[in-house]
Amino acid sequence: MKTLLFLLEKEFRQIMRNKQMIPLLLIAPVIQLVLLPLAANYTVKNISIAVVDNDHSTFSRKLINKITASGYFRLTGYTASYKEALSMVEQDKADLALQIPINFERDLVRENSNKVFIAINAIEGTKAGLGGAYIGSIINDFNAEIRGDWPAAQVTIAAPQITTVSSYWYNPFMNYNLYIVPAILVTLVTAMAAMQSAFNIVQEKESGTIEQINVTPIKKYIFILGKLIPFMVLGTILFTIGLLISWLLYGIVPVGNLFVLYVSLFFYLFSMLGFGLLVSTYSSTQQQAMSLAFFFILIFNMLSGVFNSVDSMPQWAQIIVETFPPSHFIKIMRMVVLKGSGFGDISYHLAAMFVIGLILNTWAVLNYRKTSG
Amino acid sequence: MKQLIVFIKKEFLQVFRDKQSLLMLFGLPIAQIVLFGFALSNEVKNSKIVVADYSKDVITTQIISKIASGKYFDIEQSLQSANQLQAAFKKGTIKMAVIFPANFAVDLLHTNKASIQIIADASDPNVATTVTNYITQIINDYNVQLGLSSAQPLQIVPEVQMMYNPELRGAPNFIPGVMALVLMLVCTMMTSVAIVKEKELGTMEILLVSPFKPLYIIIAKLTPNLLISIVNFFIIILLSYVFLDLQVKGSLLLLTFCSILFILTSLSIGLLISISAQTQQAAMMGSLMGMMLPTMLLTGFLFPVENMPVALQWLANFVPSRWYFIIVKQVMLKGLGITSVWKETLILLGMCVGLFAISLKKFKIRLQ
Repeated sequence: MKTLLFLLEKEFRQIMRNKQMIPLLLIAPVIQLVLLPLAANYTVKNISIAVVDNDHSTFSRKLINKITASGYFRLTGYTASYKEALSMVEQDKADLALQIPINFERDLVRENSNKVFIAINAIEGTKAGLGGAYIGSIINDFNAEIRGDWPAAQVTIAAPQITTVSSYWYNPFMNYNLYIVPAILVTLVTAMAAMQSAFNIVQEKESGTIEQINVTPIKKYIFILGKLIPFMVLGTILFTIGLLISWLLYGIVPVGNLFVLYVSLFFYLFSMLGFGLLVSTYSSTQQQAMSLAFFFILIFNMLSGVFNSVDSMPQWAQIIVETFPPSHFIKIMRMVVLKGSGFGDISYHLAAMFVIGLILNTWAVLNYRKTSG
Repeated sequence: MKQLIVFIKKEFLQVFRDKQSLLMLFGLPIAQIVLFGFALSNEVKNSKIVVADYSKDVITTQIISKIASGKYFDIEQSLQSANQLQAAFKKGTIKMAVIFPANFAVDLLHTNKASIQIIADASDPNVATTVTNYITQIINDYNVQLGLSSAQPLQIVPEVQMMYNPELRGAPNFIPGVMALVLMLVCTMMTSVAIVKEKELGTMEILLVSPFKPLYIIIAKLTPNLLISIVNFFIIILLSYVFLDLQVKGSLLLLTFCSILFILTSLSIGLLISISAQTQQAAMMGSLMGMMLPTMLLTGFLFPVENMPVALQWLANFVPSRWYFIIVKQVMLKGLGITSVWKETLILLGMCVGLFAISLKKFKIRLQ
């Protein structure tokens, strides 16, 4: 126990001594938390639309007005031919092209039915899907409106109709920040924990001080603990700062219990620091440690559901993602912060992080022995 | 000239000696293309939902089986009471609840109106919007199918065509993004360490007192990274063709030319970092912190740039990968020619020349 205390004192001094690292560790994440949610706005609005109105009738003008007034669409082109509109889509000047055919109003009234043509640039899947859905429902609304105004239509309007009433729980105003900020906080803790713990032991290797520790009677697990605890503390401080920023800046107050969050954080740091230690046992220079850690962190960040829903991935990918600690912590964060889930709800994710952490740490300790022995 | 070749050879040997760095150089692009290409998808399907049916009549049973038969929803369980709903949402296992009130069919027949309540878990706003749209669509279809609304007058039928990517796959959007991300990061990071390392190890002094020209030192440092990145580029193109069935629709020559231009730009950024930084750690942190997040966010492949605040949009113009991303999308996915990407190509060219000139000017032949 006493040895551990001495080791901890040494580690903390080393961290505090490095004047450049403290700002990097604490201030850089804060700046990111302030800037990132501004950029990471996935609310689909301002879909640019090119309109070809071959009819120039009251109906077509009304429809176009309704689309531009909806707030989802921005009229970027009003072209004479469909071809021109399509070439705007090709050049990315419009996401969507809408063509109202010639004699639209006349045929609609005469034949009771008519078509409008919509071409959507589907390279960005989400935007295309939502854009299509929005314009579909606007046309539906417009349809109902003109039907209401049309005297001949009044007679048949009383057909039975099933309607839907939707409500959005936990985030009724569909605020994207509520979704993205907790996850960004997790990625910041990830980068700090994994990178720093990976560098730390390698630094001792590069400067040769690890030899000195190896010849002392310090037990391996105490040495590892001495490395883990300081970053545990730093991680907790960083997390707390992050929570404060999301409260002050974005007004996000966790619905759930803070204690639940911190216990989860502890399990998470345990597993991610284990990952960092493992990386450091496989590297002999800082460059190598960085390459390895970076390789995995990029994959963690992209696949753990920060930006993309894990549920829409194929089965095999979901199984792989299940072994990434960040994916569990991101789920926990969203559940506790937004829905107020308790220990009972998140027990599976906690257990998963603990098992992953146990495996990584054991692996690191075993591997560390091998190289030094 | 002979000197230069010997020097380039030395640089190659140094790169290939380090196994971990090789993992990053070649493993990262391959792993990313395979994982991201297959795993990332924007399509929301197989969403788990619960159904609470208080009516249990012919119509609700029909609607439920219609919901269950599509690919969008998996009905997880049938709830007995609404009290269980809160618990199910909190566990995070379901995305949406569909509730049929009592006497559903009776109401529909007698009052011509019946309403289904839909509750979506909006902690992920986009998924919530999408699943709500899907279910509304299904119920609208059912309305028509029943013949309830087929007699509607003045029916406007939107005919929607999804261009370039009819199945809404994730890959077409992610591959150009991953190409920009990987090429940019690998080039910048590898180059940024190159010169600082010599400074740290003290071998820089030896180089500087030799009759070797500074321009040659820079060229020799950049050549291995340039060649490796070009190989990477072809690996990515090949992989996306073989695995993801994503072929280059436009001119491969044009795409290669623009890619080399982009690689050179990234190398120049790395060079600049390398010349400014004093230690390897600073160079790495600089290229990692300074490059990774801006590249991921401001390139436009995760989040549309036009949704961002004006200041960030302005900032995004200075990120080379943003322009490269546009070029790849236009040439590779849409098959357009130089006439539609000349502006982006010129911007890249300008950045490349500018950055390289600054680096060359800043490169000092004295240590202090």
